[in-house]
Amino acid sequence: MLTRRTVLASSTALAASAAFATRVAAAPAAEAVTPALIEAAKKEGKVVWYTSIDLAVAERLAKSFEAKYQGVAVRVERSGAERVFQRIGQEYSSNIRAVDVVNSSDASHFVAWKRDGWLAPYVPEDVAKFFPAEHRDPDGLFATCRVTLSVIGYNTTLVKAEDAPKSFADLLDPQWKGKIVKSHPGYSGGTMTATYQTARDLGWEFFEKLARQNVMQVQSMTDPPKKLALGERAVMSDGAEYVLALLKEDGKPVEPVYAVEGSPLINGPNGIFKGAPNPNAARLFQSYSFSPQAQQLIIDVGGLRSVHPQAKEKSGRKLLSEIKLMKDDPAAVEKMSDEIKARYTKMFRV
Amino acid sequence: MTVTAVAPARRARLDLSWPVLIGFALILCALIVLPMSWLVYFSVTDKGHFTLANFVKLATDPTFIDPLVTTVILATSSAVICCAVAAPMGWLIARTDMPLRRTIRALVTASFVTPPFLGAIAWELLAAPNSGLLNQAWRALLRDPQAEPLFDIYTLPGLIFVVSCYTFPYVFVLVANALDRIPGDLEDASSILGGRTWTTARRVTIPLALPALLAGALVAFLQAMTLFGSPAILAIPAGFHTMTTKIWSLFQYPPKLELAAAASLPLLVLTVLLLRAEHMILGRRSYALVGGRQSDPRLVRLGAWKWAALGFAFLVLLNPVFLPYGALLNAAFSRVATQIVSFGNFTLRNIEFVFFELSATKLAVRNTLILGVSSATVGTLIAVVISYVTARKAIAGWRALAFLATAPIAVPGIVLGVGLFLSYTRPPFVLYGTLWILLVAFVTIALPAAYQQLQAAFRSVSVDLEEASRILGATRLQALAHITAPLLRTSVIATWCFIFVGVIRELSAAIILFTSETKVISVLIFDLNESGDLGAIAVLGLIMLVITFAVVIAINRIPGFGAIRLRNA
Repeated sequence: MLTRRTVLASSTALAASAAFATRVAAAPAAEAVTPALIEAAKKEGKVVWYTSIDLAVAERLAKSFEAKYQGVAVRVERSGAERVFQRIGQEYSSNIRAVDVVNSSDASHFVAWKRDGWLAPYVPEDVAKFFPAEHRDPDGLFATCRVTLSVIGYNTTLVKAEDAPKSFADLLDPQWKGKIVKSHPGYSGGTMTATYQTARDLGWEFFEKLARQNVMQVQSMTDPPKKLALGERAVMSDGAEYVLALLKEDGKPVEPVYAVEGSPLINGPNGIFKGAPNPNAARLFQSYSFSPQAQQLIIDVGGLRSVHPQAKEKSGRKLLSEIKLMKDDPAAVEKMSDEIKARYTKMFRV
Repeated sequence: MTVTAVAPARRARLDLSWPVLIGFALILCALIVLPMSWLVYFSVTDKGHFTLANFVKLATDPTFIDPLVTTVILATSSAVICCAVAAPMGWLIARTDMPLRRTIRALVTASFVTPPFLGAIAWELLAAPNSGLLNQAWRALLRDPQAEPLFDIYTLPGLIFVVSCYTFPYVFVLVANALDRIPGDLEDASSILGGRTWTTARRVTIPLALPALLAGALVAFLQAMTLFGSPAILAIPAGFHTMTTKIWSLFQYPPKLELAAAASLPLLVLTVLLLRAEHMILGRRSYALVGGRQSDPRLVRLGAWKWAALGFAFLVLLNPVFLPYGALLNAAFSRVATQIVSFGNFTLRNIEFVFFELSATKLAVRNTLILGVSSATVGTLIAVVISYVTARKAIAGWRALAFLATAPIAVPGIVLGVGLFLSYTRPPFVLYGTLWILLVAFVTIALPAAYQQLQAAFRSVSVDLEEASRILGATRLQALAHITAPLLRTSVIATWCFIFVGVIRELSAAIILFTSETKVISVLIFDLNESGDLGAIAVLGLIMLVITFAVVIAINRIPGFGAIRLRNA
């Protein structure tokens, strides 16, 4: 466990963690789940969760919450993180308050929402007790609910293991022309995060060359693994590690590749909105999301990774400590996201 | 007729006609004039300042020119293909003794009510280059797993094909109805003068049907041009845009509303121009088609050819109906969407997921039903009043009302969506985030066709009956309610069902106007496609079709249900 935490810690934004260290003292006190909170949540009867987690996984988490707290229904509003961000912005600018809790695979969104003052402070007990400082906001507005990677992958019936690409550089080989599927940073927050890290470490030339490989352009980072499983394309240049893991465990002919240059790291925080129409149910759901039970669930049935030290990695999956990671940097993504979208659209034409 | 109830005449009573009529004129302005004004305003401004920069960008930036060129190619090719297929089909159905003609007509209706975006997704299942069922079959046939695909749906030709599949019914209905109405005696005359079957067809029947065919081509062009769902599903993976997907992409963060408004205007202008052209062609047609039916059309005897004809018809219907529905049904019950269902991979997981896990299902189905019923009711009501006013020329401004009711036909769904978004996200009318804005959009979209249908129906009811009622002291509204409305019942019900079906398949305006609480099934399906959840789409699509078909079958049981025009999603 220690190793995983250390790795995660070292891989997180330096600028952010430096700021965190001095201000932790100001964080609001942790709040336990009290019978009064449960009662109030039941009175509200529902919670609306905007998320970019793969729909099937998100609904499983929602159903487990509903089973534990009967009488509080979860409505999952699932779309790509960039779409979720746009939707919330569009709704808020029209004075529509629909979202209670949000989860985004683009951690930079929380930088923006925090700056706008849209998030409500709330620190679940588990977050206060167990979560590493670099995975929680010093002001108690959000914490990392899930971790995953953007990985390369291939279809094992179409590509032999020894022929599979080992690196981002390999993807540019002419043999993969017309055989690659990839997701879109204008839709997917995970892909936005990954595009930033890849362009930073390998340069935009990589994407310029990749664009000439006639890629199949899908939207969500959960889609390339599904297209691989169908055999629609042989290789994916980016895609959600957790969806690929689930498909592989389900017996589909897919295999991840952890690129030698490093795999982009994607942290997905959860936070509550100040304008939440169901504030108590939102708190209850937020607490539940960080509980050992939920964190174990997202590993076991979701293929995701958790920073909760009590959550156990599922056997057979590669440990994060064994993987070379790229560094995440939400503050930088926040500054560059419009530019990344514009550059990407220009290169890939959609 | 029982008139005793209104018998005591000459009682001083307020005639509500004027306020009601003025009210309807205001409603129409809110539906059409307001959004279009905002659209024009936004297109020539940048943060409140007047500018033509948006149009300059539009005319010089290749990322706008390319989609426009693509759109024109798409629309033209689809129109040509639709005519090439619909003309012989329409002729076979209307004028020959080909067997199973009624069944084939019903099946064309089936492709009519299929939302084009659902058809596009079904065609992904069929003709994606590697996983598509047809390509799998092709490789199995060649015994070569490495063989080049037979079809690649993620290409411009692939998109043209799918768009044509779901545009062809428009042309077919126009051609078949025109052929239905051509009086048999003209053909008889040709025969008597010694013309043989084929000569008659060539010299008489085809020229008479040609205007309808040309009108059909224009309708097909417009439909293909304004379609959003199919290009979003098939063109974007291939790395190109059409105008509609480009406009939609301008709504993505950071939104560029001014540019979106400017990009909408070429579609609007093109549509207006083409409709003028259509009007001229349809106007010319009237010389040929003399009122009612003089004698039944003569059926051409095909002899042994009738089986070939039937084969052709089924071959055509394979594309919009049999293959896609088969693929969707298969995907709904298969563990892998593009594997044929067998004992090994049969599953009820998708059904279970959609009905018991997917928390958006209930909301989307509920919203869709509420909107379907309310749009159909409100739309029919408005159409009834306006067609009454214009058919009876009841007030001085009836021409303006008629124009307003027909005008939305020139506004593509996505353009209307943009206009409504600009109008109703700001005071005084903040409707965004409620079902009202979708109601406004759906009613506006449905109004022209509903109005045309009902106006024709009103013309067929003699004015004498209404006048009798008014002489006996009834106001206009009472006459309408007690005399005219009952006589028009079937047309009114047909119009209601027609709007209902249109709402269920609408995507292009809904995709701009929905919020999380006001999601409809079409938007949910589009969402699921973006994350590749094909099994769930198949189930939701089938639910949608079941709802739609239930209503369509009800329509078809109503006698006298004639030419209809569905708007594209």
